[in-house]
Amino acid sequence: MSETFTFTIDGVEVEGEPGQTILEAAQAAGIYIPRLCHKDGLEPWGGCRVCTVTVNGRSASACTQPAAAGITVENETDELVDMRRGIIEMLFVEGNHFCMFCEKSGNCELQALAYRLGIAAPRYEYLWPTRDVDASHPDVLLDRNRCILCARCVRTSRDLDGKQVFGFVGRGPGKKIAVNASARLSETGLDVTDEAVDACPVGAILRKREGYRIPVGLRRYDGTPIGSDIEKGASS
Amino acid sequence: MVAGNTKRIVIEPVTRVEGHGKVTILLDEDNRVAQARMHIVEFRGFERFIRGRPYWEMPVAVQRLCGICPVSHHLCAAKAVDRIVGVDRLTPTAEKMRRLMHYGQIFQSHALHFFHLSAPDLLFGFDADPAERNVVGIIRKNKPLAVQAVKMRQFGQEVIKATAGKKIHGTGAVPGGINKNLSVEERDGLLSRTGQMLRWARDAVKIARDYTIEHLEMLSDFGSFESNHMCIVRDDGAMDLYNGGLRAIDAEGGTIFDHVPNEAYLDYIAEEVRDWSYMKFPFIRSIGPEDGWYRVGPLSRVNACDFIDTPEAEAARKDFLSLTDGKPNNITMAYHWARMIEVLHSIEMIERLLQDPDLQGDELITTGERRGEGIGIIEAPRGTLFHHYKVGDDDLVTMCNLIVSTTSNNEPMNRAVRGVAEKYISGRPEITEGMLNSIEVAIRAYDPCLSCATHALGQMPLEVTLVGPGGDVLDKKTKDG
Repeated sequence: MSETFTFTIDGVEVEGEPGQTILEAAQAAGIYIPRLCHKDGLEPWGGCRVCTVTVNGRSASACTQPAAAGITVENETDELVDMRRGIIEMLFVEGNHFCMFCEKSGNCELQALAYRLGIAAPRYEYLWPTRDVDASHPDVLLDRNRCILCARCVRTSRDLDGKQVFGFVGRGPGKKIAVNASARLSETGLDVTDEAVDACPVGAILRKREGYRIPVGLRRYDGTPIGSDIEKGASS
Repeated sequence: MVAGNTKRIVIEPVTRVEGHGKVTILLDEDNRVAQARMHIVEFRGFERFIRGRPYWEMPVAVQRLCGICPVSHHLCAAKAVDRIVGVDRLTPTAEKMRRLMHYGQIFQSHALHFFHLSAPDLLFGFDADPAERNVVGIIRKNKPLAVQAVKMRQFGQEVIKATAGKKIHGTGAVPGGINKNLSVEERDGLLSRTGQMLRWARDAVKIARDYTIEHLEMLSDFGSFESNHMCIVRDDGAMDLYNGGLRAIDAEGGTIFDHVPNEAYLDYIAEEVRDWSYMKFPFIRSIGPEDGWYRVGPLSRVNACDFIDTPEAEAARKDFLSLTDGKPNNITMAYHWARMIEVLHSIEMIERLLQDPDLQGDELITTGERRGEGIGIIEAPRGTLFHHYKVGDDDLVTMCNLIVSTTSNNEPMNRAVRGVAEKYISGRPEITEGMLNSIEVAIRAYDPCLSCATHALGQMPLEVTLVGPGGDVLDKKTKDG
C-alpha cells in the first residue's frame, strides 16, 4: 500500500493517498467541497468549476487536481464561496429553471447548492432561452430547459453504459445537449434502466410518470443540506 | 372599451388573481348610470404556456395560478390527470386524503375571506372610516374574534400541510392517487383541535346569519338579482365539494340540468368573449349568452344541493332556506352566510374523515389504461372550477382549458356593480369613499380572486372612473392594493 501524506484544507490537516484528487481526499476526511459535474464512479471532468479551491494560492478544480503532500488548500473562503454562488447563479439564468413546479425540486443538486450557498436571487439577468423538450422516448423525458451542460449523462452513457446516447452540439451560448440519433431520444438505444438516466443532477433527464411521488419533507434535500452526508461521515 | 362619444379606458393586462379590479361607470346626460362594468384583466397565460409540458406536472404547475386556493387547482388538475392515466376511481386512502386536503382548503379560504376581508365592512359599516374599517380595526375592537380568525385559517393550513406536504403549493395529489397517507401523529394533532374549530364555525354561522337577517331590507336591494345557480352535487343530490355531476337551477329552483357527467361539460356550458374584458363570460348553452349566465360559489351550492351530509351544516342550510320559503336565496350578500355554512360543513367533514382508518392505508396510487384527454371539475371555495387537458402520445399537454370560479361569476359581479352603482351613484356627480366601498362590498361578496391582495391592509386595488355623456372624466378615485 502506498504511503499516505498530509496536507491542509482551511487549516485542517487532512490525510491523502497517492492518486487521490483533492476532492476525494477531502471527502474521505469528511470535508465537503461543493461540486456539480463530478459524480462518484466517473472520471473527473473539471467542467463546472464549482469545486474550485485555491492550492498554495492558485485556483484549481478540486475534482481534477491531485492531492499532494504539504499543499495548502482553501475551500470555504468568502471569495471562493462568492465565486461558487456566481457560477450557480449563472447556471440558473442561462436555463429555464422553475423550481416551484419542477418535479426534481427537493432532489435537485443545483437547487440544493443554491440553498446551501444562501442564494436568494441571481445577480444576473435571466436569459430566458428557447429550448425544447424531447418527450419522444416512451419512458424517459429530456427537458433541455433545465440542462446545465455538466456532461454527467454524456460520460455515464459512454463510460458506464457503453452506449454514447448523449453528446454536445454547438459552442458557447449555443451549446446544448444532443442525442446520438438523427432527431430524437426515442431513436437512440437509451433504455430506462441505463445509469445515464439517473446521472442528471437537475431535472433535465427524468423517468416519465414518476414525478412528485416522494412527499415534501421526505425528499433528498428537504431535511439536510447537500453535502451533509459527507460531513456526517466524518463526525461518526 | 366604449365607443362613440364616451372616453375609451384602456386597461393594462395585469393578473387574473390577487390582482387589480377596475370599475368604469358611464353616465347619461341626466347623470344617470348608463353603464357600469367591473373589469378583471385576466391574462396569466397558463392555458398557453402549459402546452408542451408533461401531464404529470399539471397538478403542481397549474396550482401556481393562485396563492389563496392553490389546493383547488391542484386537486382539479389531479382529477383531470387521473382520467388521463385511466383512473376513474381512486383507492379509499387516496380519495379521502384528497378530500381532507380540500376541506382544509375550503375551511381556511372561507375563514380568511370572511374574517379578514369582509368582516370589516359588516362590523363597521360600508361607509365607516377606512382607518378603522380593516383587519387591524377588528383586532382593536374585537381581539378574540381576530385571534379566532387567525387560528381557524392556521388550522385549515395545517390540514393542507398534513395532506399536501406544504401549507401552500404542496404536491400531495399525483396522477391516480396521493403521495402520502396521514400518520397517526398528524391525525391526533389535528383531531385535538377540531372541537374548538367546530365551536368557532358555529359562531361564524351565527355572525353571518344575524347580520343578514338584521340588515335584510337593505341587503335585499344591495346588488341583488335573480339568477341561475350552478355547482356539482353528489349522486343523491347532497352537497359535494370534491366530486359530482353538474347541476344548474334557475332563480326559482327549477332544474336546468342535473347530474351532468364531468366529461360532458362542453355540451352544457359555453364561453362568450366580450371586447372589453380579458375574462370570458360563461353561459348555459340551452339558455344562450343573453340569459344563460349563472352564479357559482357558496350561495349557489347551498341553494342547489338537496341536502348537506353533515348534521349541523344541514340544520344551518334549512335555516338559511327558511328565509326564502325553501326557494333559492338570490341576495348577493347572503353569500357570506352560505360561506359560513360551508365552513361548518368543512369542519364536520374534517372531523369525520380524521376518524376514518382509511387515512392510514398504504394503497396510495392506482393505474389504468392511458387516455388522451381528461376533465376534472371541483367546487373551489369560490365556485365550480373546470380543468380540461388533452395529451399527446408523448405525454405532453396539447390543449388546456380552465374555467375558474371567478370567471363564472363575471356577469353576476358586473350586475352587482351596476345595481349598487344605480342605487348609490345615479344622480350624484361626486364619488365618496363610502360609495366606492359599497361597490367593493358587492364585489367582495363573491370573494373573487382579485380581492385576494386586498383588504388585509384595508385597501382593495380598485379604480372607479365616472365618465360623463361627453366622454369627459367627471371624477376618478383610485385605491392601490
